[in-house]
Amino acid sequence: MSEQAAVEWPLWEVFVRSKAGLDHKHCGSLHAADAKMAVQMAREVYTRRQEGCSIWVVPSNQITASDPGEKSNYFDPMEDKVYRHPSFYQLPDAINHM
Amino acid sequence: MSEASIKVGHQPAVQYLLRIGDSCLILGQRLGEWCGHAPVLEEDLALSNMALDLIGQARALLTHAGELDGQGHDEDQLAFLRDERQYLNPVLMELPNGFEASHDFAFTQWRNFAVSTWLLLLYRRLQHSSDAGLAAIAAKAVKEAAYQQQHAADWVVRLGDGTPESAARMQTALQQLWPYFNELFDADAVDAAAVAQGLGPAWSELLPEWQAHLAEVLSDAGLTLPKASAFMSSGKRGIHSEHMGHLLAELQYLQRAFPGGRW
Repeated sequence: MSEQAAVEWPLWEVFVRSKAGLDHKHCGSLHAADAKMAVQMAREVYTRRQEGCSIWVVPSNQITASDPGEKSNYFDPMEDKVYRHPSFYQLPDAINHM
Repeated sequence: MSEASIKVGHQPAVQYLLRIGDSCLILGQRLGEWCGHAPVLEEDLALSNMALDLIGQARALLTHAGELDGQGHDEDQLAFLRDERQYLNPVLMELPNGFEASHDFAFTQWRNFAVSTWLLLLYRRLQHSSDAGLAAIAAKAVKEAAYQQQHAADWVVRLGDGTPESAARMQTALQQLWPYFNELFDADAVDAAAVAQGLGPAWSELLPEWQAHLAEVLSDAGLTLPKASAFMSSGKRGIHSEHMGHLLAELQYLQRAFPGGRW
């Protein structure tokens, strides 16, 4: 099994833009030998039903993630800070979409 | 009880269209055999996508051929109810996915590259066909062929320029398939009639450009062009290899066993 892992292609994270003007969204990952192949494979795997007009791929090992063990320290303190939401303003009637 | 076999007419335009449509149908069927067997999941999807692209092109081309033929045959009847001699694809398309193994990846990618290059050049020319229906089919298909060519070319270079093992396998595939390419560029009366009608090019006209594409990719891959072969297959005239009957048995089974069956 470890021998298998040694020859396995690197993992890539795939981001697809669904249409012009929108942002690229993470949609999954895949294995590919290099960046060029990763883009092609992303096209095959993630855009075969017209899901996108642009693809980004990023080597998974280049992503630095927050530590799941730190989750409570990182995110729980925000729970009771409602004042950080701009929900206490009186909006003029003329502003429709806020 | 099986539904009676149908025959197509001898009009050159019908034959010209069927040669292309059957090429897509039969290679699409072959590529479909990779589904579930490719070396990695990603390539499994890629090969299946390509098979479906080819089947899509075959559907449009067979439908159009059926209209020109005027016997009221639709795409399904043309795909499933002809006997072997009525299929007009070059033998190259019906060859199995490898001579030494049932799923030879190098063999498959090399054939895909050669065929998609040929289709790309053909569709480019057919966009200017005097037949508006054919021109529209070609305009859509040309993008699919361009992508397939790129995908296969990348594999040819990757394997040819890879390890000694992958290069040797690629070179073997090159030698094995080489004699079957001749038929793609063998002009006959059907081509002459297509040129005269403005329907499309004689396939022989595509040879210099096809060779240039191949030479470029083979040079990038560090592979050697095989020596010219005098062998000439004749699938375009309905004379097929021993592989065709087996392929058709699988392709046609359901429609022959349940005539007119739909889902």
